[in-house]
Amino acid sequence: MDDSQQQQPAALQPPKIPWRRDPAVRALFFQGALIAALLWAIVTVAGNTARNMEERGIKIGLHFFDDVAPFSIPLDFFPFWSFTLGESLYWEVFVIGVQNTIIISVFGIIGATALGFFVGVLRLSPNWLVAKFAAAYIEAFRNTPLLLQLLFWNFAVFLPLAPPPRQSWTLGESFILNKAGLYLPNPVLTGIGTVIFTVSAVAAIAAIIAMRKWAKKRQEETGKPFPLFFASLAVLIAAAVLALLFAGEQVSFEYAELKGLNYRGGARLPLIAFALWFGLTAYTAAFIAENVRGGIVAVAKGQSEAARSLGLHHGATLKLVVIPQAMRVIIPPTISQFLNLTKNSSLAVAIGYPEVVNVWAGISLNQTGQSLVIMAMTIGVYWVLSLLTSAALNYYNTRVQLRGR
Amino acid sequence: MENGNTENTEKPAQNGGAPPQNGNGEMCMSLNAVNKWYGEFHVLRDINLEVCTGEKLVVCGPSGSGKSTLIRCINRLEEHQEGRISVNGIELNDDLKHIDEVRREVGMVFQHFNLFPHLTVLQNLTLAPIWVRKTPKNEAEEMAMHFLKRVKIPEQAAKYPGQLSGGQQQRVAIARSLCMKPKVMLFDEPTSALDPEMIKEVLDVMVELAREGMTMLCVTHEMGFARTVADRVIFMDEGQIVEENNPEDFFNNPQNDRTKLFLSQILSH
Ligand SMILES: Nc1ncnc2c1ncn2[C@@H]1O[C@H](COP(=O)(O)OP(=O)(O)OP(=O)(O)O)[C@@H](O)[C@H]1O
Ligand SMILES: [Mg+2]
Repeated sequence: MDDSQQQQPAALQPPKIPWRRDPAVRALFFQGALIAALLWAIVTVAGNTARNMEERGIKIGLHFFDDVAPFSIPLDFFPFWSFTLGESLYWEVFVIGVQNTIIISVFGIIGATALGFFVGVLRLSPNWLVAKFAAAYIEAFRNTPLLLQLLFWNFAVFLPLAPPPRQSWTLGESFILNKAGLYLPNPVLTGIGTVIFTVSAVAAIAAIIAMRKWAKKRQEETGKPFPLFFASLAVLIAAAVLALLFAGEQVSFEYAELKGLNYRGGARLPLIAFALWFGLTAYTAAFIAENVRGGIVAVAKGQSEAARSLGLHHGATLKLVVIPQAMRVIIPPTISQFLNLTKNSSLAVAIGYPEVVNVWAGISLNQTGQSLVIMAMTIGVYWVLSLLTSAALNYYNTRVQLRGR
Repeated sequence: MENGNTENTEKPAQNGGAPPQNGNGEMCMSLNAVNKWYGEFHVLRDINLEVCTGEKLVVCGPSGSGKSTLIRCINRLEEHQEGRISVNGIELNDDLKHIDEVRREVGMVFQHFNLFPHLTVLQNLTLAPIWVRKTPKNEAEEMAMHFLKRVKIPEQAAKYPGQLSGGQQQRVAIARSLCMKPKVMLFDEPTSALDPEMIKEVLDVMVELAREGMTMLCVTHEMGFARTVADRVIFMDEGQIVEENNPEDFFNNPQNDRTKLFLSQILSH
């Protein structure tokens, strides 16, 4: 009697699993082991490096940050933070490297996304020639090494194509193109000029926002569409012209001038930066185009048939029905393409664009020997950039997910 | 082939002489010696068909006989290679303007609904009126609610298609087509992807639409629907129209052997 009563609750409980077969315990064990192994490897490597560095008389630390960097950065075009030989410090080298990495990545991502979508859509064009051309582009760019492409664009295309400084292509005094890059007039604002330009820029943006609202409202009320893009462009141009007129004497332009062998002054878009941007964009766009194509194909055929049978045109069908649905297929692999582009920008070392690997993990490390600190910081930069990119796009991704599925 | 021959001689007489009772005699759609191939495969063979405004046609036939292809040619989801198709006097050819015009006149309901899953029910209904007809948004929404009421699901307007039952989705699809104010409605097996209890709610909507005088061309095997609504039933086999008759005679007194076989198979379960 007693026995059976005691056994009853025991039988209801789940049978006891030996800890060796419990998945939770196993997972914990393997994770623990992995972390321990990693820590051991890091400590060993770091310890070794530190000992080596001490033997060579290098003191590990951040003290070198405030030393003057005894080299010039090969090309310095960034407007926010510029480098002065003999004055700039090591930490400024780092900042310049990071900002150049960010700049090329942001513009590369913008360019690759636009070109990738365009080519991806063309790839599915009903026009045979257009579709084959897009396919050829995708295959050619995906299947050759990026480093080769960057060298090709820089050394085989853009550099030979552009004239030497003395034979620069010029458009009046304002636009000068040569091997060093494209020179534009640099606006110099004095006195009230700054205020006028700031005000007109703000006013133009406000006007465009108001116009968008108005156009949306009008379309909802009357059904009439409005050419927003051209109207916005007109507003921007009008604002710039008005500001120029009002500022009068308070704004002047600094033009680039030929001094010795090279042009000086003005605002310069270096040819290397353009070549790098072009190479990264063209390469990454080929991958994004494939993602876009895949995403569009994944949208059921019935969707575009339904849209067409309602009278929507090919373009409107793509824009309103197919692409919004394709987005949830396109975005995840495109996030990784954005991250790839950011990481690939470090290949710029080969053509001399001063991004973070070039000036920090390269030149600065050679000069100071502070490999531990510098490498950790450089890796950290890419991690942070990756995390930020993923976070932004994951946020967007959750917003385009379908409901009720 | 004897059968085919006798019919071919009968048909013009039937069409030219006495237009079917429900139509008002005005020609709405005509297909003239239409032929279509998929590569080597001859899907539509010499199709001749005239439909008057207000007429209701039911198309049936075995799987693969070309029923879907036929009605998809009428709004140019498929291209025919020979013959002429015209809708409301607009000839369907390579002229994009004609294709646009025809698609605006012709609504289509698919077997698998093909609602836009990323848009709400209301947005599904207003999309084409806003972008194609340039209807003001408020007006488009009012009209959408009007048609949602007619298909008896106004309370679902804010939901997404994925949140509705199959029957509700198909009714939304019908309403979506109606929002474009079509002159003709094409249905391609609108109930064959539905559970039995949902079939009725969709058929009810279609019957009501028929009563209101819509010109309809409907591929379906719902014989009850054909009997109540159709002015004519068309039987297709291997890309040909092999029999064409009023529902009464079609079901009770089929002429063609293939029709007899088909009907016995359908009606046996
Ligand atoms: N895109 C295509 N390419 C090649 N053959 C096709 C294509 N679409 C349909 N077919 C063929 O054409 C024939 C007619 O197809 P269709 O879809 O019109 O038949 P159906 O009568 O609607 O059949 P079901 O009752 O199964 O829907 C079939 O044999 C089919 O295999
Ligand atoms: Mg079919």
